[in-house]
Amino acid sequence: MIDPVILFFVLGAVAGLLRSELRLPAAIYEFVTIVLLLAIGLKGGVELARQPFGALAPQLLAVVAMGLLLPLIAFPVLRYLGRLPRADAASIAAHYGSVSVGTFAVAVAYLGSRQIDFEEYMPVLLVALEVPAILVGIVLARGLSRQTQWKSVGHEVFLGKGIVLLLGGLLIGWIAGPDGLASIEPLFVDLFKGFLALFLLEMGLITAAQVGGLRRHGPFLVIFGIAMPLFSALVGTGLGLSLGLSVGGITILATLAASASYIAVPAAMRISVPEANPTLSLAAALGITFPFNVLLGIPIYHALAVWADAFLKG
Amino acid sequence: MENNKRKLLTVVTEAALEATLIKDLDRLNAHGYTISDVRGKGSRGVRHADWDLNASIRVEVVCDAATAETIATHLQTHYYDNYAMIMFTSDIFVVRPEKF
Repeated sequence: MIDPVILFFVLGAVAGLLRSELRLPAAIYEFVTIVLLLAIGLKGGVELARQPFGALAPQLLAVVAMGLLLPLIAFPVLRYLGRLPRADAASIAAHYGSVSVGTFAVAVAYLGSRQIDFEEYMPVLLVALEVPAILVGIVLARGLSRQTQWKSVGHEVFLGKGIVLLLGGLLIGWIAGPDGLASIEPLFVDLFKGFLALFLLEMGLITAAQVGGLRRHGPFLVIFGIAMPLFSALVGTGLGLSLGLSVGGITILATLAASASYIAVPAAMRISVPEANPTLSLAAALGITFPFNVLLGIPIYHALAVWADAFLKG
Repeated sequence: MENNKRKLLTVVTEAALEATLIKDLDRLNAHGYTISDVRGKGSRGVRHADWDLNASIRVEVVCDAATAETIATHLQTHYYDNYAMIMFTSDIFVVRPEKF
């Protein structure tokens, strides 16, 4: 049973590879992204209204630590095994330490269509994972002191579209609570998968456009783009187990760890580490890792979570 | 008519630079600017403008020759190496000289 939203992604990718004229207008893509980000935020916010924020503190801290650790592992691999220039290695490492909201949404849809429950506060962890890797990436590229304008970096990172909409959605959901949100549910909940389908159609087109970059930069990026998410997913699974998450929760956390950012991080890196070549990081994150996660990764991470959970319970 | 002579400085670059560029222009005494979303192809490949990182902008500034020179030099030293950017100036006659 394959989820129809995945087929939209395949349609976009095939149309892109065949050089079809198909394109989602930029304003529509932007709109769809905004709806998805708000919807994810709202869902998490409702859950925050149900339980005290303090109870989440250990999970948050653990996830932030993971966000700092993953780019530190990726960097030496890229730098020494991949022989990439320092700026490029740092930038790609930041992409892989941060998260992709699109991949998260697909994982939510995957679990939803199989009626697998997961901890509803996952969007809070998603927000917490976005930022740390960006800071690590900048420090890896630049070192700590020299001429980095932390004020403008902070502005770029914390006031970027993704964080504002996710945090905004969380707050609105938290303030309004489940009953208050009932009136806007038709747009943000009922239509979620329809918007996700349109989003994935455009993602397919964008993914196909990265093939040229991959062809130029060779097999290392392809291998890294698949091996790194698999490794990160193991870290995420381990963390999920130790935090005592459900099978659904472990799957989502593994997916978050495995996903690579393609909105917040590229924008921040373009401004903060301009000498890093954006074609490289996007070819890996969008051309390889996103399709890998969406088509194969999420089912693998789910199977891994089921196995690990069963193993632990003996 | 001599009094109406100005320079039109046109910059085509990545949309990611817009906020930074605006700050530079204000600091370098441009009295105003016009920004449009554009797409096209250059040495860094086709820029379709179908999503954020692939979008380009055209910035037009009408100013006196000295200011145009200062801005052009600044942009050249700071952004030519790492960003997709082209720049050109043209001589123009403005109709409301007091604005520039």
